[in-house]
This record gives sequence, C-alpha cells and structure tokens, in this order.
Amino acid sequence: MGGGGRRESLYGVCWGKGGGLLAKVIVLTSGKGGVGKTTSAAAIAAGLALRGKRTVVIDFDVGLRNLDLIMGCERRVVFDFINVINGDAKLNQALIKDKRNDNLYVFPTSQTRDKEALKRDGVERVLDELKENFDYIVCDSPAGIEHGAITALYFADSAIIVTNPEVSSVRDSDRIIGILASKSRRAEHNLEPVQVHLLLTRYSLERVKKGEMLSVEDVKEILSIPLLGVIPESETVLKASNTGTPVVFDQESPAGRAYLDSVARFVGEQREMRFLQPERRSIFRGLFGRA
Amino acid sequence: MRLLDLLFPERRNSAVIAKDRLKIVLAHERASRDAPEFLPALQKDLLDVVSRYVEIRDDTLRINVGKSADTSLLEINVEIDRSKVKPVNNNGAAARPRPLPPVRLEPESQAPWVKPG
Ligand SMILES: Nc1ncnc2c1ncn2[C@@H]1O[C@H](COP(=O)(O)OP(=O)(O)O)[C@@H](O)[C@H]1O
Ligand SMILES: [Mg+2]
Repeated sequence: MGGGGRRESLYGVCWGKGGGLLAKVIVLTSGKGGVGKTTSAAAIAAGLALRGKRTVVIDFDVGLRNLDLIMGCERRVVFDFINVINGDAKLNQALIKDKRNDNLYVFPTSQTRDKEALKRDGVERVLDELKENFDYIVCDSPAGIEHGAITALYFADSAIIVTNPEVSSVRDSDRIIGILASKSRRAEHNLEPVQVHLLLTRYSLERVKKGEMLSVEDVKEILSIPLLGVIPESETVLKASNTGTPVVFDQESPAGRAYLDSVARFVGEQREMRFLQPERRSIFRGLFGRA
Repeated sequence: MRLLDLLFPERRNSAVIAKDRLKIVLAHERASRDAPEFLPALQKDLLDVVSRYVEIRDDTLRINVGKSADTSLLEINVEIDRSKVKPVNNNGAAARPRPLPPVRLEPESQAPWVKPG
C-alpha cells in the first residue's frame, strides 16, 4: 500500500515514518474469557476487509492459538508471531493471506507455553512494520488482566470492549476500561486516550423482554462508553466456527449482519441499531409462515 | 411489564437485581482504583497523631476520597468518645501501637461543604 491517500478516520489522521499513513491498531478485549473476542476479531477484521481496507488480524492468545481455526487457515500456519519477534522468520513468511478476500491477512500466534514470550519491544517492532502496510491491525486479546492481555491492549488506538449482558462480564469490562485508561501506551505517554467502544454480544431480546437479562441500555448506563453494536445470540456463529468462516461471510446470519453494521459505525457511518426490536412480521407470515 | 410484576412489585426481575448489584460493586471498585497510593500510609500517620490526644477505636477513623467536577476531595472523619480524651500534656508519648484498620472508601458520600460542580 505504501503512501496511500488521505484515509477517512474517526479519530484524525496519523502519518507514518515514510510519510505514508499509519494503520490504526484496534484491540478486542474483555477481561472475561469466552465472551466472543475471537469470534468478533475475525468478524470485524473480515468486515473491514470487505470494505476495501487492508486488514491484518493478530492472535495475541499465546499458547491457546484459536484464531487460525476461526479464520479457517489452521493448515497453512508455518511461522508465527513469536518466530517473527525472535527474528526466526520474516513478517511476510508468517502472514497468511485469506483465500476469500485479498485485503485480509491472518497473523497466527504460537502454541508455546511460555506466556512471557511476547516481549513489548518485540511486539512494537512488528506492529511498526505492519503499520506501514495495512489500514487496520486488529488484535485478538487473551482473557484475563495478566501479561498477555496487557501486551495486547498496550499499543491500541481503539479498544472494542466485548461484553456479554451478564454480571461478571460487565464487571470485568469495567476493569479492563480502567486498565486501558491507566496502563496503555497512550495513557503512559499522556497521549490522546484510547478510544473505547462497547460491543455487546450474545444478546437475546427474548430474555431481556422477560427481565432475565441485562438490556443494552442497562449495560450502556453502567459502563458509560459509546455503543458500537449489539450482536444477537445466534446459532449461525457455531456453524461459522465449525467451517472456519468469519460469520460476516454468511449473508443469512443475523450476527454477521450485526457485525457488518458495527464495522460501518466504526468507520464513521450512521447505522440504525438492529435486533433491538422484535422483527416485524406481517400477519400472514405470522399466521402461516415459519415461526 | 408482566401482570405478575404489577401485582407483586417486590418480586423484582433478576435483570433489575443484576443492575443494582453491579452499580454498587462498580462504584466501590472504581473509587479504590482511583484512590491515591499514599492512602494507607496517610491513614496510619493520622491514627498515630490523633491517638496521642484521644483514645479512638480502630474503626472510627474513616477516609473518603470523593470527586466533583474539577476538585478531588479528601475527607477524614474521626469519631471521638468524650470520656476518652487524654491529658493535653501527653506530649506525643507513643500510645501502644495498634493494628491498622482497613481503609474504607465511600465514593457516594460527599462532604457537606463541597458544592456539586
Ligand atoms: N453471538 C453469538 N451467538 C452464539 N454463540 C456465540 C456468539 N458469540 C460467540 N459465541 C460462542 O461463544 C464461544 C466463545 O467465543 P470466543 O469468540 O471463542 O470467545 P473468547 O475469544 O472471548 O474466549 C464460542 O463457542 C462461540 O461460538
Ligand atoms: Mg479467544
């Protein structure tokens, strides 16, 4: 890509060392595990690529490599993040180009059990090199608030806080928001703070209606950060992971459409929030159509 | 709202309970997250000084950190039992060392002299 033109951006324009535009670094983080970070990282990276943005999605979950499976490139992994950091492989040997979209690349992590293998200065060098070549760098964070999660969020320009409408997830999100505000590179260097966005996933309108689940308004009020999107609980997510396809490639998937809307909002478009109202059915469909 | 909830308002649904519990726990966690690091040391020093003059129970010295628009507020509350006032010429004689009570943070409370910003 190199120089490139002036890129639209929510948060202003960054210029690279060579005069080119620098990629924006986005982290998907949550504190709590199993809330949908990896699913969301794959979907959002693919969604950005579908919009013509050169995007790389990096797996920061050292030891528990899974992004490769969700992206469907597990059999093509030769070198990984740690190999590149240690200088055992070049970046272009480790990056895996997506077969469905030319703008999309996957950067897998290693399965080493040495959790400290991701050294901050090594990560910075790799990110700097990636920044020259991509529009977006999407980082899939491990769970927790230890070394791995801190490393994943440290260099972020934006953070997408993946949250489920459930007490422990909301509490952990609040914790992570605090860490972003105090321990990120932007915080430590007194730069403009990391932009945080709420992505509420595994949302069930029926259960909210019954008063069994925190509503999107509840979570927004408690965390008081801007809402990027609401992803409904959907069976299509499991189907997508079974086949190694980011869910945005499934045209029929409500979750996929909700992710595409979220990506559109991320790049500055206005989109109405869907799936917060029961789908309108005509009386005939309601009576005779499938339920 | 369901009919049942109208008839028995005290039977609150579980999402409402979840929201209330979260609000309370997060208010405390945010306050202690933002609390200055010197707080425990300050509390110990205060306890030492005050107890030269009056006998105070461990849990009657409270420190609150509050925030309004652009001011941070450090509020110190000491409850004194009148009968326990020591002679004035105590002159700093060290009272017996006492164990340090936990710092209590009460983010919601604000001192009465602070105008809301
Ligand atoms: N919107 C959704 N609907 C249904 N299942 C989901 C949804 N989002 C995530 N899941 C499922 O939740 C589990 C955890 O998701 P994952 O993305 O691996 O979370 P994390 O990376 O935060 O640990 C997976 O089994 C995934 O298929
Ligand atoms: Mg994951």
